[in-house]
Amino acid sequence: MFYYVDVSGADLKPDSFEELAMPLFDQLFNFARWMTQNREEAEDLVQETYTKALKGFSSFQLGTNFRAWMYRILRNTFLTSRTGLKVTMTVPLDTEEGGPELAIESDTPETLMFERSNREMLQGAMDELPVNFREILLLCEVEEMSYQEIAETLSVPIGTVMSRLSRARRALRDRLRAPFQKSGTAGIAKGTVVQGSNHGL
Amino acid sequence: MVCEGWKEKLDTYLDGEVLEQEMREFDAHVRNCPSCAADALGRVQMKRAIQVAGKRFTPSAEFRQRMQQRMAARPKRSLNFGWMLAAAAAVVLAAGALTTSYMGVRSGRELAANQELANRDHVLSEIADLHVETLASSSPVDVVSTDRHTVKPWFQGKIPFAFNLPELPNTGFTLLGGRMTYLDQAPGAHLIYDIRKHHISVFVFQERALSSKLKLSDEAASSNRLPFNTETWSQNGLRYFVIGDASAADIENLAKLFKASS
Repeated sequence: MFYYVDVSGADLKPDSFEELAMPLFDQLFNFARWMTQNREEAEDLVQETYTKALKGFSSFQLGTNFRAWMYRILRNTFLTSRTGLKVTMTVPLDTEEGGPELAIESDTPETLMFERSNREMLQGAMDELPVNFREILLLCEVEEMSYQEIAETLSVPIGTVMSRLSRARRALRDRLRAPFQKSGTAGIAKGTVVQGSNHGL
Repeated sequence: MVCEGWKEKLDTYLDGEVLEQEMREFDAHVRNCPSCAADALGRVQMKRAIQVAGKRFTPSAEFRQRMQQRMAARPKRSLNFGWMLAAAAAVVLAAGALTTSYMGVRSGRELAANQELANRDHVLSEIADLHVETLASSSPVDVVSTDRHTVKPWFQGKIPFAFNLPELPNTGFTLLGGRMTYLDQAPGAHLIYDIRKHHISVFVFQERALSSKLKLSDEAASSNRLPFNTETWSQNGLRYFVIGDASAADIENLAKLFKASS
């Protein structure tokens, strides 16, 4: 769902903020929780985001994307928080090395996951990703933002969105692949079902 | 490698981010290429899996209620009040126009003074908001230390300027820590001090990084419209703000300590 404010300046009154911002509450909290990995911090982050957004609502540029604007405020607030400062010190740089993943393997991380893993495993792998990979995957896959929206949210060019997304996906595949490679069970026959698996994928 | 060109753009295609013509070509290719079809299927499954796994957290009912109450508690201007304001503004404008035609153009000094007052109120209310928000947070400071030699270096590389922190022995003030902050998108330092259980915030920003509406003269030291005592001044290219619910004398004393150390 997209939230474009295309009203005239006269209609941009405080009540509009509540109408636009509150439907984003759940997804902003989910995003904040993934970023902070802590419930209290996520609540503080969402609260601060709404306070800042409300304060700056009069300066919100008409015709631009409200959702991307809210996410940008949340992200900037997170980056200046204690947790944000800590995690951004360890994020990988946006290099172009590596290129796209081309090879088709008999047991790809995807097939392995669908045959043998569960949602928790994927969530665990996402938890381990550097924060800039985690956030771009969430914005693309969970929030279903377009590359343009992601570029606006992260304040980076679209080219960077594409390369970072590609590396984020590769990093996630590597993390999903690692346990199978370690245990040497990557060659288990397709169709094997792990007991208790409840991933609903 | 088989289909290298296609696979290179497979994710972009699955994200729906290729041009329409290219999308049609992709569709046709994937229908006829088992290798790309298998790869595409795997990646689509992965996308769906991330989508499901990513929707992991929901806010608690208590937090949702708290936020709804906060939003509901915002002061709302009624329509009638809005019309009254508009009418009042029109009267003021009309009166202003008459006065102008009668008295001629008001002096530049008077206009500048009014602008200065408006700037002062705007900036100090922003600073008051930062102060209150921070103290309300469960983690008000990012560097927790009473030692200025710990707090000051913490800001290295985080803000584009350096500043000095005063020595505090026998002053009654205790440094609690610091955090990064932003005013008008300009990065700055936020320090928190304690005196007799009152918390005082000291904000430091680069003067040139603040937009013109946030620039103040040193005469704009305080605002009587805020429930806080405040001090602000410019020194060595930096703009300082001291704000808190401590007494005016305490605010002034802390400001003096900063001025002496810079």
